[in-house]
Amino acid sequence: MEAFTIHTGRAVPLRRSDVDTDQIIPSEWLKRIERTGFGAGLFSEWRAGEGFVLNNPAYDGASILVAGPDFGTGSSREHAVWALQDYGFRAVISPRFADIFRGNALGNGLLPVELPAETVETLQAAAEQDPTVEITVDLVAREVRGAGLVASFELDDFTRWRLLEGLDDVGLTLRNEELITVFEATRAAWLPSVA
Amino acid sequence: MGRTLAEKVWDAHVVRRADGEPDLLYIDLHLVHEVTSPQAFEALRLAGRPVRRPDLTVATEDHNVPTTNTLAPIADPISAAQVEALRKNCAEFGVRLYPMNDPGQGIVHVVGPQLGLSQPGMTIVCGDSHTSTHGAFGALAFGIGTSQVEHVLATQTLPQGRPKTMAVTVEGDLPAGVTAKDLILAIIARIGTGGGAGHVIEYRGAAVRGLSMEGRMTVCNMSIEAGARAGMIAPDDTTFDYLAGRAHAATGPAWDEAVAYWRTLASDDDAEYDREVVIDAASLSPYVTWGTNPGQAAPLGSRIPEPADYADPAARASVERALTYMGLTAGTPLSEVAVDTVFIGSCTNGRLSDLRAAADVLRGRQVAAGVRALVVPGSMQVKAEAEAEGLDEIFRAAGAQWRSAGCSMCLGMNPDTLSPGERSASTSNRNFEGRQGPGGRTHLVSPAVAAATAVTGRLTAPAQL
Repeated sequence: MEAFTIHTGRAVPLRRSDVDTDQIIPSEWLKRIERTGFGAGLFSEWRAGEGFVLNNPAYDGASILVAGPDFGTGSSREHAVWALQDYGFRAVISPRFADIFRGNALGNGLLPVELPAETVETLQAAAEQDPTVEITVDLVAREVRGAGLVASFELDDFTRWRLLEGLDDVGLTLRNEELITVFEATRAAWLPSVA
Repeated sequence: MGRTLAEKVWDAHVVRRADGEPDLLYIDLHLVHEVTSPQAFEALRLAGRPVRRPDLTVATEDHNVPTTNTLAPIADPISAAQVEALRKNCAEFGVRLYPMNDPGQGIVHVVGPQLGLSQPGMTIVCGDSHTSTHGAFGALAFGIGTSQVEHVLATQTLPQGRPKTMAVTVEGDLPAGVTAKDLILAIIARIGTGGGAGHVIEYRGAAVRGLSMEGRMTVCNMSIEAGARAGMIAPDDTTFDYLAGRAHAATGPAWDEAVAYWRTLASDDDAEYDREVVIDAASLSPYVTWGTNPGQAAPLGSRIPEPADYADPAARASVERALTYMGLTAGTPLSEVAVDTVFIGSCTNGRLSDLRAAADVLRGRQVAAGVRALVVPGSMQVKAEAEAEGLDEIFRAAGAQWRSAGCSMCLGMNPDTLSPGERSASTSNRNFEGRQGPGGRTHLVSPAVAAATAVTGRLTAPAQL
């Protein structure tokens, strides 16, 4: 996993709530067995229409998505995170994330930043007014700076440390393999198995 | 202080707890399908890691499989390659697979319960958000992403932050003609698509106790549509009766031991929830969605809402956008909305009792001219059971198409899709833009409403026929 420390970039204002993962990456793209190349499918239905914010060349190269509440609802498809990253996003800011999307993002080093709705609105307005405005997402200080504001966000110490170090969960868990084996010896005999 | 059902199941699975870190939870059952697993198996291969517990891992092919002509090779080469990848991965890593045309094949959330693999008090995960279905048994069951699929394959555990708890209590009895689907649509409409975020919902109350296991699965299935991490229902005699005698249920003294444990799982009387919602069952009627998220639902007897009714500007914009996408006019009675497609199936409503409910409505009636009606059983076993009862004949005689098992038009990864502008009444779980095909418009309904809608060609409750 790519580590996340401090990232500064331009922002894309996405003024929609309930952006579900079917919109982020439509199911047609889920047939692929690779982990890369999903950027071309990012928001592909919306990009095919007129007036969608990502079609505005002023936002080319922007790396922070600033969206409405309940971002990433619906399907558990991690492809949504892969698509956002492959397109070039390093962080998504929203008043609230769906749990599975948030977990998937944190597992891949795409930082989901929860900020109050008014702060998100301010950032969206700033990016709309001036697409060149730069925003800094600082995981070290757990704050977002830019557009004339400094807003702190919450993330637990453990997850923050894991992101700062770029550590993947499997390796961390396997350090405790003995505990897993001990636990397995205590499982009830009547639990189902397909062996 | 007492503990809730969710807390009891959680506590019984903690492998490791450390201050400031997520708990490491043991996973009792890992369900796998072709869409969210290939990259996970590839990661294991690259790291040289085995599947730790193939005996606790079960795979099936469901999302991509065609529901007609299933003996022929899959026509879409990308779908075919994904299914082939699952077969190779399961063979290489020793995972039990139910492939297309196998009598055990079906939608992953129909297969687990029908095999008796989904049991009370277990932790169950799958790379699929509708894993919440298995919470109907009093299991803690939740959807995960592909990196987590890899994690469970490699370690049979998952690091998870402790969720909050929420009680949704449905008091009284459901009125005649109101089903589990109507109940969950009404709950989501009430608490919103983010209403359960961060919480495990426990469904309680007389109306929930009165549901069959299949009805309970329908309710828990759509917990994710309320944003919840999981949905659960305390196990009781309905649960035990359903499980007794199934392929993977214990027998003899082991069964008695299991049941004795399961009876201890109900939430304690003095347990406290972080949030509580109470719903009066008597106030419910058949519900349908009118918008583009599952919270945008209303009684079938009501009208499409006016954006001006919403005070919050974001909600108003969302409603306006949804009505534009759906091609609907505010104020129109929902019962006047005409559809051209009816889909009966999915992990929400593709079980035998769902097909019976639809067949009861269609018996002796005809699908309206110009309406395409698809009936897709949730598994090959459901298909066989339905055919043994003659339900297939009822559907065919009514002019509906009787298909083979799979996810089908719920998400249109196989050839069963809506064309741009087409409108469906669908017993599935998501009415997102383009969910059933680019430009398609979806109204979520119960199986009974779907069948009645097929007859009239517009959103209709059976009582109106």
